[in-house]
Amino acid sequence: MKKAYMGVDIGSISTKGIIIDEKNNILASEYLWTEGDPIGAVKRLIAVLKKQFDSKKYKVVGVGTTGSARKLIGVILGANVVKNEITAHAIGTLSLYPDVKTIFEIGGQDSKIIILDKGIVVDYAMNTLCAAGTGSFLSSQSKRLGLEVEEFGELALKSKNPTNIAARCTVFAESDLVHKAQIGHKKEDIVAGLCKAVVNNYLNNVGKGKKINAPIVFQGGVSKNVGVIKAFEEATGEKIIVDPNSHLMGALGVAILSQKEKEVNFDFNIEDVVFETKGIECKGCANNCERICIYKDGVLIDAWGNKCDKGAIKVKAKV
Amino acid sequence: MNKVRVSFPRFGSYNIPIEYIIRKGLDCDYVMAPPITKKTIELGAKYSPDFVCTPFKYHLGSYIEAIDDGATTLVQVGGACRLGYYGEMHEQILKDLGYKVNFVNMANANFNKPLTFYDEFKKINPNMNVKKVAKATLLAIKMVEIIDKIEDYIRENVGFEVVEGSFDKLHQDFLEDLREVEDKKELNIIYKLYMRKFKNLKINKPKNPLKVGIIGEYYTIMDEYSNHYMEKELAKRGIVIERWMNISNTLFHNYEKEIKQSIKKYAKFDMGATAMYTIKKAIDYAKDGCDGIIHVKSFGCTPEIDTMPVLQRISEDYKIPIIYFSFDTQTSDVGINTRVEAFYDMIMMRKGEMMK
Repeated sequence: MKKAYMGVDIGSISTKGIIIDEKNNILASEYLWTEGDPIGAVKRLIAVLKKQFDSKKYKVVGVGTTGSARKLIGVILGANVVKNEITAHAIGTLSLYPDVKTIFEIGGQDSKIIILDKGIVVDYAMNTLCAAGTGSFLSSQSKRLGLEVEEFGELALKSKNPTNIAARCTVFAESDLVHKAQIGHKKEDIVAGLCKAVVNNYLNNVGKGKKINAPIVFQGGVSKNVGVIKAFEEATGEKIIVDPNSHLMGALGVAILSQKEKEVNFDFNIEDVVFETKGIECKGCANNCERICIYKDGVLIDAWGNKCDKGAIKVKAKV
Repeated sequence: MNKVRVSFPRFGSYNIPIEYIIRKGLDCDYVMAPPITKKTIELGAKYSPDFVCTPFKYHLGSYIEAIDDGATTLVQVGGACRLGYYGEMHEQILKDLGYKVNFVNMANANFNKPLTFYDEFKKINPNMNVKKVAKATLLAIKMVEIIDKIEDYIRENVGFEVVEGSFDKLHQDFLEDLREVEDKKELNIIYKLYMRKFKNLKINKPKNPLKVGIIGEYYTIMDEYSNHYMEKELAKRGIVIERWMNISNTLFHNYEKEIKQSIKKYAKFDMGATAMYTIKKAIDYAKDGCDGIIHVKSFGCTPEIDTMPVLQRISEDYKIPIIYFSFDTQTSDVGINTRVEAFYDMIMMRKGEMMK
C-alpha cells in the first residue's frame, strides 16, 4: 500500500480538493461550488475524490485543510494540519515553481499578494475591506452584461480599445460601466476595461508598496480569465505564469504540509455521517460570545468562539 | 448630600489610577465603567456618526454603560488629533439622548496654562483641595508607571508560560490589589510583591525567541478588545512582544524633540498624534532585531494612515516585514487570525532561513 495525502481548500465561493502521492503527483482532484454550505460541499467533494482514487493501491494517511472554513472542515475530516491560505498557497506554488518571486492570487471574495525570496515568504498582503478586484465582482458584472463568466476573458481579448472604468470601488465601477454601456461603448471594450479595472484595483490596493519581481505566478479562480491575465501582463510588463492547476494551489500546499505531520487514518465514508453545528450564546458577560459547537452523529466533537475561559465548552472525548 | 459619581471611558488598566485621583484627590465617588464588550461597541456605534474613528464609539458606549451604573459626571481628555473634538461631540450626543450628566472636557484646558486645568477640575468638585489633588495625581502617575512596568514584563514573557493562563490570572490579582492601594507605601509594597510573583512564574523561554514590535494608534494599540487581543494571539505562538506605546512613555517620559530629530530622514514634519512615535519605533524595532512589526490603527485614523508609506520605506530599508491592521466596529476574527497566522509562518520561515 502506498501513502497518499489529501488537501482541501474550502473558500467562500468554491471548494477544492486534491490527493497526491509522496512525490506530489496528483492522483485525484476536484473543484466545486461551496454554495454557502461548507460541510455539504466537502461531503460532495470527498465522494468525487473517492471515485477518482485507487484505494487498492493507495491509502490516505495525511489530510490538510485551508481556506476560510479550514478550522470547521479540519475537525470534520480529522485533519492533521490546518493552515492559513497564504502559507498554503506559497508552499503549493513553490513545489511547482521553486524560483517564484511574486504570487498574485485572486479568489471569489478575497485577493492576496505573496512576495518570496529564495523560496521563503518575505512579505504578503490581503485585501480587507473591499470586494472590488475579486472574482465575485467580475461574475456579478458579467451577469449584468448578459455574459457567462467563462466567456468573459475571450471576449476581452477581442477589444482593441478598452473602455476606462473607475477601479477604485465596485459601486463606482458598476455605475461607470452602466453609463459607458448606455452611451454606446462596445461590449468587448467594456469587458476589457473591466479586466483592466480589476488589475488596477489589485495592484493599487493589495499590491501597494510591494516590489513585484518576475517570475510571477497568477492563481485563484480569476486566473482562468485570459482577459485579466493579459491586463496583468500589460500592467507589469512581465510574463504571467498560470499553471493549468492554478485553482488547486492552496489544496496542494496543505496536502504537502500534511506529509510532515503525524499520520492519520482517513475514512472516505463520511457521506452518511451527520455533522451538525449549533450556535450557543454565552451568558457569562455582556459580550455574549457566539460559540459554535460541532456534533458528529449527535456527539459533541469540538467547540470554539469563546473569548475567555468562562465560556469554554468542554469536549469530553476527542473523536 | 449625595457625592458626585465620576466616570471615565474604560481604557486598558488605567482606570485604576484615574479612580485614585477622583476618590483621593477630589473626594468624589468613582464609577468603574464595565470592561469593553460587544455591548459597549454596539451602544457606541449606534449613537455615533458612522465615519468617526472607532475609539470615539468605544468611549461613547463606555459612557452610556457608566451612566447606567450610576455615573453623574463624565470626564473626557483632549489630544492632538480628532481626540481633541471627542468631548464636545460626546457631550452633545449624550445630551441629545436625554442623559442628564455633568460633562467635564479637559480639552478646554491648555497645557501651557496649568491654571486652566484647575478650572476643569473645579467643575468636577467645586470644593476641591488643590493640595490633595496634586498629591493624588503624583501617586497616580507612579501607579501608571508600575502598571506599565508590570505589563512590559508580561509582554516579554507570557508567550512562554508553563502553566497556561498563569500570567493572566496574576495580572488580574495585581489589578485587584492595586485598586485597594491607599498611599505611596502600600503602592511600593504591591509593586515589589507582584514583580517578585511574576518573576517566580515558571517560563520556558528559548535563547533566541521570535520578537515582534507593535506600533500604531494610541487607543487601538492599548485596548486589547479593540485590537482583537492581538498581543495574546501572538504570545500564544511563543513570541516576545515589544510595545513602547503606553501612558508612561508618551506622557511622562517623552523625548519628543529627539524623536522628531532622529526620524528626519523619513519624515520632516510632524504628522500629528502618534505618527512620529510610530515611525521612530518602527526604526528602533528594525534595528533592535525584531523579526517583524505589526501596525494597528482604527479604521480611518488619518495620522496613522499617513505613516504607512513611510513604514513601507522602513520595511524595505531594513528588510523587515510589516503588516497592517485596520480595526472597525464590525470586523470578524477569522480574517485577522488568518493574517496573524500567516505572519507567524512567514517570520518563522525567515528566521529559519537566516539561521542556516
